[in-house]
Amino acid sequence: MDFRSSDTITGPRSEDVLPTTATAAVKVVIVGGFGVGKTTMVGSVSEIRPLTTEETMTQAGVGVDDNAGVETKTATTVAMDFGRISLSEELILYLFGTPGQERFWFLWNGLFEGALGAVVLIDTRRLEVSFDVIGRLEERGVPFVVAVNTFPDAPHHPVEALRRALDLPDEVPMIDCDARLRASSRDVLMTLMRYLHSLAVPLA
Amino acid sequence: MSGPRRERRKADPDLHDPERLYVITGDLDDSERSALDLVTMVVAQAEPSPTFQPEQAAILRLCQAPLSVAEISAYLSLPFSVVTSLLSDLLATELIESRAPIVRATLPDRSLLEAVMHGLQKL
Repeated sequence: MDFRSSDTITGPRSEDVLPTTATAAVKVVIVGGFGVGKTTMVGSVSEIRPLTTEETMTQAGVGVDDNAGVETKTATTVAMDFGRISLSEELILYLFGTPGQERFWFLWNGLFEGALGAVVLIDTRRLEVSFDVIGRLEERGVPFVVAVNTFPDAPHHPVEALRRALDLPDEVPMIDCDARLRASSRDVLMTLMRYLHSLAVPLA
Repeated sequence: MSGPRRERRKADPDLHDPERLYVITGDLDDSERSALDLVTMVVAQAEPSPTFQPEQAAILRLCQAPLSVAEISAYLSLPFSVVTSLLSDLLATELIESRAPIVRATLPDRSLLEAVMHGLQKL
């Protein structure tokens, strides 16, 4: 394995070191098509400079025409950007979002199933790039809200028209946002938490 | 508005899709892999010493304060499955401790969500 000497590893900056009480973590995944601003949103609310983790997925060759009897494998590296918000001395929120290759994230064991919920970020100029991820969240029963990233030159559509085009149930919250702004991205996360709260059944 | 329209999908309990053919590379079996999440928090229980392998020493150095598996993977520039394999060895020898994340339950926990909202309001 090619590994740098441990002396050269750069860890968190001193101001990014978590207190020893930080023992409970939750995660939220930000999805959407290519170029809708997912990484921008992660960066705008994160307390740390966004980091990148990756994983290698392999596929055993199936139905390959010219390689009958020869086992082939295709490897794909899936990268994921993430940020962090310390909610209290104990509770830490991690936000995951990534450029491209979204169909592969759904293979990342537990990424969605373990998440509290998801934010689907959309660009009104290219709604269709988000269709597939919304369908996949629905199939897996992952609760989500839809945030409309407001690009200056994007046409403004009434929320109800967008809801129809995306075929979203009435109860799924939709919110306008500017992913570059911390307060706006924070409001999107608040909208998701309120929605999850409304889905929760109060304890008797 | 005109343009393409999406069609709603139903939740599928027996999700069957061709991309399931892809699997995460590595030698861990499912039980070991599921034990460590991207946001499992890890804390070192020992100081690194020259007797450790460089990767293990680097992890112990990074985790003197709590750190998620995702952050360890990022700082070491190693894939997630490689890091979980290294961490499993360190867990087995009790050189690190891990704390599993709080995951979404069938019935979400309102007090947890309230704690998240309270934290977000301070941003």
